[in-house]
Order: sequence, then structure tokens, then C-alpha cells
Amino acid sequence: MNDKNFDFAISIPSKGSGGKTGLWRTKRPVINYDKCTRCRFCIIFCVENTIDEKENHLPEIDYDYCKGCGVCANVCPVNAIEMKDEAEV
Amino acid sequence: MANVNYMLRGTAACPGCPIPRELNNILEIAGKDTVLVVPASCSTIIMGDDIHGMPSVVPVVHSPFAAPSAIASGIKAAMNQLNKKGNVIVWAGDGSTGDIGFASLSGAAERNEDIIYICYDNEAYMNTGIQRSGLTPRGAWSTTTPEGKREFKKPLPFLMMDHKIPYVATLSIAYPFDYEAKIKKAMTISGFRYLHILSPCPPGWRFDPSLTIEIAKLAVETGIWPLMEYENNKLKLTGPSILLKDKSKRKPIEEYLKLQERFKELSDEEKRLLEEDINAMWLEIERRMS
Repeated sequence: MNDKNFDFAISIPSKGSGGKTGLWRTKRPVINYDKCTRCRFCIIFCVENTIDEKENHLPEIDYDYCKGCGVCANVCPVNAIEMKDEAEV
Repeated sequence: MANVNYMLRGTAACPGCPIPRELNNILEIAGKDTVLVVPASCSTIIMGDDIHGMPSVVPVVHSPFAAPSAIASGIKAAMNQLNKKGNVIVWAGDGSTGDIGFASLSGAAERNEDIIYICYDNEAYMNTGIQRSGLTPRGAWSTTTPEGKREFKKPLPFLMMDHKIPYVATLSIAYPFDYEAKIKKAMTISGFRYLHILSPCPPGWRFDPSLTIEIAKLAVETGIWPLMEYENNKLKLTGPSILLKDKSKRKPIEEYLKLQERFKELSDEEKRLLEEDINAMWLEIERRMS
């Protein structure tokens, strides 16, 4: 297909359609891996999909796009995620 | 367990908005052979792209407020003509579903078009600045009902059941397994399928964004949002709502209301009327189940 001859306006999927949304954050979720029980609640419930599952089933937050809403800290059953002030981190 | 996102991160949704998560779980099951039809709503902003690209990995058709069901019907007809397989999913807000687009929704349901209609219900016109819709609950503050809405919430799932379509279900993102099971079931059925999601909105409902999942869960536990499924002319409750048929097992609605500032100025009289609405809804469920 000739790339320069589109019939329709086409947009391509990519991360960060709203920009680097990590810049919106005022509080930063920090995971305490000693407390984490690998229940995956934060991964399942993160409303922005910014928590990845690492190889050993531990969660990892993508701070480029995390908006700092705090849902992960709220759903964590063992309080392993702490919302820290962005200015202090 | 692969970390695959179907709704790519970094959308323009407000912090705490469950829409990207809801769409991700839908697209995860629907797969890549899907076309989304999105009428004017918050999702138009979330799906709309600028120089950065768009978050959805499947094609999105933006539609006028009143027309998503008609456009989806046309897309499905064209796919049939071209012998292409795939799902056509309408992803509409409560304003487009219950108020402005209801005529085309009702028409498509009556024709039993082979599409999936998903309404994410944030209970007002949030994108334009929190104006009341037909699906705003009684007593809720909005910019056009500063003293609280005086009318009841339009019972849209029941209205769709009365269309005798093959599948109707209510969903909540706080119960992801129930949520995904219903979407999986909807994918296996052909004909018009209607799914209704209660989608908490932090700026519109006036609560802290971290409480999104907690509030979605409380809506189910207090009986305000029963999880149910209508199939083969039979209605049944699912998941945690099965036990809540017994009124004493439901949590008091104050627990749901007190977390949201939109209900801050709710009078005792309005609270009584709201409770009456909920009791009447459960009686209606029992009547339809028998």
C-alpha cells in the first residue's frame, strides 16, 4: 500500500496519547517489596494499566505514565503501597 | 501472563477514571478483529488522538451523539457483505445511551442487529461539565441540578430486557472476574447484546480518585447496582448480588453516599425516596426472576 495515498485519516496506536501523564502526578506510589504478597490486585485494578508484572510475579510501576491516582494503594490488602509526596521523592 | 495492553497507557483520562481499564478488559477478550464505535463522550477525548497517536489498538469510529447504534449496524452489514468476521462494539456513555441516542439504540435492538452495545454509566454528562442526564440518580448534585435531581434514574437495563434481545447484563469493574465472564458470554451469543457498566467518575461524583474501585464495590454491596444477567428470557443475579436479594444482607446506602460529595446536601426525605427507588428495583428484579 502506498503510504502517501490514504483514503481516510489514519491514526496509529501508541502509548501516551495524552502525553507523558506521569507529569500529572502529585503523589507517587512506592511499593514495599518486603510486604508484597504477589496477589496482583494492583495490576488488575490499576485504572491506567501502568503496573506491569515482572518475571517473578512482582508488580512494577511505570512512572512515565502513572497518574498518581492512588487506586493501587487503596486496593492493596496488605498496605504494601505507600503514596509519597512527589516533592519529597 | 504476558504484559499486553489493549488500551495503551498514558491516555487523556482523568486520574482515577476507570474507562481505560474497562476498555482494556473488553478488548482483551474481544481481540484484534474488533471495531469500536464511540459517540461523543469522555471516551472521544480519551480515544481522540493528537500528535502522539491513539490509545486503542483496534479501529475506532467516532460517531455523532445520536447515531452509534445505526453506524454500528451499518458497519456490521458491510462486514457481512465483505465476508469479514469480527465484533462491532458500541462504547457509549449514559447520555448517548439513555437520552440522545436512545431512539437509534431501541431501533437497533428491535431489529436484533448483531452488535454489542456497551454503556459505561457515569451518571451525568461528565465531559461537558457534569450536566444531569436521564441516568443521574435521585438527589445527586450536578451543575444543572444544584439542589439535587428530583427524578429517578432511568432503569435502562430493564428497558433493554423489554426489547427481548438475546443478552443483557450489568457489570462492575470492582468485580473483574464477573466482568470478564459476562463479556466472554456476550461474545459467544449472536444478535443484539447490551451491557451496562457503572463507572465511577472522581471529578463528577466528587470523590478522591483513589476510591474509584471502593465506590464501585460499595455500589454493588449496598444493592444500588445489582449485578445481573438476562438470557433466553430469563433474568438471574450473578456474583455477589445473589446473596443481596435478602434485604438484610445489603450494606446501608449511607456508606456509598457519604464518600461522594455530590450527595452531600441530600435531605432525609430524598434519602428515603432513594431507598424506595432501590427497594422498588429489587422487587422488579424478583418479579422478573419468577
